[in-house]
Amino acid sequence: MNLVLRDAIQRMVPYGSRVLDLGCGEGALLAFLQQHHGCSGYGVEINDANVLACVEQGVNVIQLNLDQGLPMFGDQSFDVVLQIDTLQHLRNAQTMLQETVRVGRMGIVTFPNFAHWPNRLSVLQGYMPVTRKLPYQWYDTPNIRVATFADFLALAKKTQLNIKEAFGLQDDAVVRWWPNARAATAVFKLAASTL
Amino acid sequence: MTFLATPQSLLFEQPLPLQGGAVLPQYQLTFETYGELNALRSNAVLVCHALNASHHVAGSYLGQAKSEGWWDNMIGPGKPVDTNRYFVIGVNNLGSCFGSTGPMHLNPETGRIYGADFPVVTVEDWVTSQARLLDHLGIAQLAAVMGGSLGGMQALSWSLQYPDRVRHAVVIASAPNLNAENIAFNEVARRAITTDPDFHSGHFYAQGVVPKRGLRIARMLGHITYLSDDVMNTKFGRMLQSGNDFKYSTQDIEFQIESYLRYQGDKFSEYFDANTYLLITRALDYFDPASAFKGQLTQALARARAQFLLVSFTTDWRFAPARSREMVQALVANKRQVSYAEIDAPHGHDAFLLDDPRYLSLVRAYFDRINLGADA
Repeated sequence: MNLVLRDAIQRMVPYGSRVLDLGCGEGALLAFLQQHHGCSGYGVEINDANVLACVEQGVNVIQLNLDQGLPMFGDQSFDVVLQIDTLQHLRNAQTMLQETVRVGRMGIVTFPNFAHWPNRLSVLQGYMPVTRKLPYQWYDTPNIRVATFADFLALAKKTQLNIKEAFGLQDDAVVRWWPNARAATAVFKLAASTL
Repeated sequence: MTFLATPQSLLFEQPLPLQGGAVLPQYQLTFETYGELNALRSNAVLVCHALNASHHVAGSYLGQAKSEGWWDNMIGPGKPVDTNRYFVIGVNNLGSCFGSTGPMHLNPETGRIYGADFPVVTVEDWVTSQARLLDHLGIAQLAAVMGGSLGGMQALSWSLQYPDRVRHAVVIASAPNLNAENIAFNEVARRAITTDPDFHSGHFYAQGVVPKRGLRIARMLGHITYLSDDVMNTKFGRMLQSGNDFKYSTQDIEFQIESYLRYQGDKFSEYFDANTYLLITRALDYFDPASAFKGQLTQALARARAQFLLVSFTTDWRFAPARSREMVQALVANKRQVSYAEIDAPHGHDAFLLDDPRYLSLVRAYFDRINLGADA
């Protein structure tokens, strides 16, 4: 995984946290947090090959379909719930954000920002964007939820998600000025609503 | 080509108090071992069997064709549970009919064959007797205990009865208890046996008969529930046993599925003991570790110290994935180390015995990572 993203996540995750990584892939991030950041926890994956890869590297993994929600996990039972580039694959993206802050005291959500300027340019030219971050054609993309940095802020406001930190990532840099146009990846640190 | 297996038996003269209140004054356990126990005695794996299996888990018997153990695809040299690395123990459960003391044996207190007088044994009783076998073998702690179905219940119970003697528990296609539908299937099977005129209230041995009709029906019913609708349709569909035309008979075999079930029933009735069938299905019914905790599985599993691997199969409706998820949920709530895979396989409950590469690779990967200490 991208090292800048990894470092940004490590910075936000308190040392020794209990972590639930939704859509954990091959478990590289959890393995890193376990080995270098004192963390423990579980990955959640639907893909058979990824489940196997997690077991191979000693990451606890639970095979579940996230579109069925997180009924297996209790309220506030994890310090951190990660949704790293998972949101765009979920049919029930909004529910899963609420589940993230129900299960976790903190949530970290990242996804591809569709308002990044090369994507805007592409749409202006009349075509859906195909980039490094979004390498798919419109007809074969697994990204069924396409959103922008600004869209997420609006949803967070509507659903009373408490955004603790928000920034973009572009190449090797954190983008804090105008991330909606200047960053390929949107990053949000969330907590449950204070209401 | 598989390796040679040799069954052994051991007599235990220390009485075994059973959960139901009875005491087995003495008993024999029949078992097999594969591989070598290492110097640290840290590489032992106990394999628990399900309803109709035995201690003969892997390998073949000398000079006997088609005598491979029931989990020979899982266990052996170079297999997912690699006997070049692990010392694997298969043990026949008390009450079974493959060597360990059961209803076919003499009751030392009466000098008669036990028959229906063999006391009811539970999963917990089996685990206690298995622990005594490990004591005898000089194994203080298992690297892993594993089993599918009823075997998985024993693996789970091991982690609760002897939390410090189990480092890993591998629970496959299993459940934390049986639901009503499952108990109902067991009851139909038991009624088929007990209402067979040859059953003689369980004392049929003296009459020189075997309640084969009951055993056949029990097996036919069981077999249906171990398969899935899909796999039955793929394998048999509506294919006729002979020709293309109905015979318009109510009693002859018409469909291939009928012939298959009758064949399975006949085969089973030749080798399986009727009292054993009753005992083992009852052990299944009774198992419910949460019952002592007002049904709270999370509290029941709080004692477990092992790391867990759970596996279920999507088309298994007898031990459905939802039942495995209950156990995962309780383990997660207890902050136990657990991994869980839900294998999308078409074969129903039987899938846990079959060669699905995703399933076998996963178990292999899990066992490859088990730490055996300095000399491993």
